[in-house]
Amino acid sequence: MTEILRVENVSRRFGGLLALDRAAFTADEGQIVALVGPNGAGKTTLFSIITGFLKPTEGRVFYQGAEITGEPPHLLARRGVARTFQIAQPFTGLTVRENIAVGSHLSRPSRAAALAAAEEVAKAVGLSDMLETPAASLTVAGRKRLELARALAIEPKLLLLDEVLAGLNPSEIRDMVPVIQAIRARGITIVMIEHVMQAVMSLAEQVFVLAEGRIIAMGPPDAIAADARVIEAYLGHGAAQRMRGAAHG
Amino acid sequence: MRSYGGIALVVALLACVPLLTASNVVLNFMVVALLIALVGQGWNVLGGYGGQYSFGHAAFFGTGAYVTAILQVRYGVNAWFGLVIGIAAGALVGAVTGALSFRSGLRGSYFALVTLAFAEVLRIVASVAPITGAGVGTLVKLDLRWEAFQFQSRAPFYWIILAFVAVSLLIVKRIEGSRFGAYLVAVRENEDAAKAVGIDVVRVKLSAMILSAAITAAGGCFYAQYFLFLDAGIAYGPWISVEALLAPIIGGIGTIYGPLLGALVVKTLGEITKLMTGHAPGLDLVIYGAVLILVVAYAPRGIAGLLERYRAYWPARRRT
Amino acid sequence: MLSPILLIPAVLNGLLTGAVYALVALGLTLIYGVLHIINFAHGALLTCAMFAAFFAHKMLGLDPYLAAVGLTPLFFCLGYVLQRFVIGPAAHGEDRNILLVTLGLAVVIENALLYAFRADTRTINLSYGFNVVEVGPAFLSVPRVIGFGVVIVVALALWLLMRFTDTGKAIRAVAKEKLGAELCGIDVAHIYAVTFGLGTACLAIAACLLLPTYYVNPHAGNAFVLIAFTIVVLGGMGSVAGALLGGLIIGVVESLSGLYLGESLGQVGIFVIFILVLLFRPSGLFGERA
Repeated sequence: MTEILRVENVSRRFGGLLALDRAAFTADEGQIVALVGPNGAGKTTLFSIITGFLKPTEGRVFYQGAEITGEPPHLLARRGVARTFQIAQPFTGLTVRENIAVGSHLSRPSRAAALAAAEEVAKAVGLSDMLETPAASLTVAGRKRLELARALAIEPKLLLLDEVLAGLNPSEIRDMVPVIQAIRARGITIVMIEHVMQAVMSLAEQVFVLAEGRIIAMGPPDAIAADARVIEAYLGHGAAQRMRGAAHG
Repeated sequence: MRSYGGIALVVALLACVPLLTASNVVLNFMVVALLIALVGQGWNVLGGYGGQYSFGHAAFFGTGAYVTAILQVRYGVNAWFGLVIGIAAGALVGAVTGALSFRSGLRGSYFALVTLAFAEVLRIVASVAPITGAGVGTLVKLDLRWEAFQFQSRAPFYWIILAFVAVSLLIVKRIEGSRFGAYLVAVRENEDAAKAVGIDVVRVKLSAMILSAAITAAGGCFYAQYFLFLDAGIAYGPWISVEALLAPIIGGIGTIYGPLLGALVVKTLGEITKLMTGHAPGLDLVIYGAVLILVVAYAPRGIAGLLERYRAYWPARRRT
Repeated sequence: MLSPILLIPAVLNGLLTGAVYALVALGLTLIYGVLHIINFAHGALLTCAMFAAFFAHKMLGLDPYLAAVGLTPLFFCLGYVLQRFVIGPAAHGEDRNILLVTLGLAVVIENALLYAFRADTRTINLSYGFNVVEVGPAFLSVPRVIGFGVVIVVALALWLLMRFTDTGKAIRAVAKEKLGAELCGIDVAHIYAVTFGLGTACLAIAACLLLPTYYVNPHAGNAFVLIAFTIVVLGGMGSVAGALLGGLIIGVVESLSGLYLGESLGQVGIFVIFILVLLFRPSGLFGERA
């Protein structure tokens, strides 16, 4: 298994706030890796650093073996690193097809080719019947799919999904899971920030838990779910003990 | 009207105007309207499609005008060469101001402010620099030969400015169907999302600015040939910065024909104002300012936007 | 060239001029700090105030300092009405539209003044207009010294308003967190209008202070406003202290560059500073990130 992404001791300060404290994780080619943790843990900040929107105060990021720390976002996108945004960022004045086409244009100078390719990508995420809809009138689920489609359109090798399931109802989530699996089946490595635990359990092979800027646990999903430190990070100090006590008593 | 055929039709129709009337008043009106349409189209590339609102397009207009005038007057350069060099000079000013502004990440109001400041600096310098004739201005010598880009009658001027406008329409049409156009609009809609899909935002904005400046500078060069007199207030004054943005906003920002429609409306308004109240300075701009506010408040996508809205209702009405 | 006999008066005069610049800048930075808009109409409104003060003197024989008492509330109302009923509604909350609306307003006001009063330059003559007071090697013009004093008083008054009154607290709340303020029951549209009104009131006072020693024509306001923009950008958008300090600094810079470079190029110097600050340190000395 070759390593495609390595985050090494990344720290990031915002004035007095240490948002990330020597965070480190890796992802191998073709894996689905989940990055979980309570709100405010620094997950999106980490994504922003990996994709070049922010520079780390310390630490380095490697992609396909080469260092990419601090490189600008558009260059990383061209090298195959795609991301979605936690709050969907569509090109509001454009239709779904035009939105996706902007991504498809990366490897296709021709407008016609990009628009045609956009149709293919839309099919992959289930937006085929909304191609001419203005992005501004999509529902949350639609916008999330559009985020995903646009990221896929640049034909990435590494896809960073930032809470792509947030705001979706259970049936919408159930529809998205196979879409994500299909993406991985095409050989794209996925790193996902996610709060929806059922998805994390069913999709991820490796989970990293970030709390207060630090990686506090890593491993396969079921090991993580039982890890005392992880439970404490989400439910507070002593929670693991209490849960064990309740289970026995 | 969304095809090259549409552009050909519009241009052909407009080309007939000098054949239908010999009135100098009408021809002069149309020449000036087309000039504003050209300058407005320049603004439209950067502001309408790119979403970067410049309040200082006079900087490019004036540079084009002064460069061609000074080259002719002081160095005996042929007027047509002057045109080419004037356009290049305008593009250069665009490149410099764009590079400085966009590299620093200036957007929105700050970008508008900086463009305003650049135009003002040029105006002040031009009003005192000896090379521009300082307060007295620059007079291009009357030399009514086509080789000197001057004509006895207005018709040739009209066809030339129409040709310039036609080229600008073609350029914008080409942009709309190209990757550059898609990238430009993406930058306008959401810069971060644009970066995330591989767009070099600074480069796109800069390219748009250079193109915008070149088109506007061509307008400036034409002005110098048509009116034969420039001073700092004419070349770099706020009037042209305002008209450059007013025409596309009224006509339909970010559309091919917006600046042309808008220019016709703006100039018609100006004429009506003059007819009603005489040549008092300032009143036409008052009307323009008021129209700007009204358009922004009630019809932000301009005439083109209104037409689209109307077209959306029409099929429904026909069904009932 | 650098002899104290030349330098000290230049610096002192610069401080006096700078104080009035600071007042103009104060209005601008207040509007930016709360509404987060760059008021392109600021210059035109200043010109308007100057004309008003001029005619108050010419037709009513009012001394500018007295006229200020009447003009300040008048211009406060003007600013309130403009923001509440023109700028706010027309812009639909979009940044790009606000830009265009304030530009439109600027064009309308300035050219209406041009149309009504022609481009002639006017001045007023006060009996004490040319009096000077001796401070060290410098002869300082009395009206300008008075102006300096008034600016200090106004700045203090504004500070007290912001710190201790309910309206001031509401203004600060809206500036920091508009949605939260709204949820607490603050009428944001009203606060926006009040802030804009305070900004234009500052202009009215500044106009009255300038009138004794300056001229009036439809373009006069523009000269000041680019200076005010430079100050606001230098001192930091939204920072009152920045506007005051920046004003004094720019006043001195202008005075010194006028001394060494001559009048017209002095103006260019200010623009160049403006452009440089915007390009390299847009957050200014004290302000928030651009």
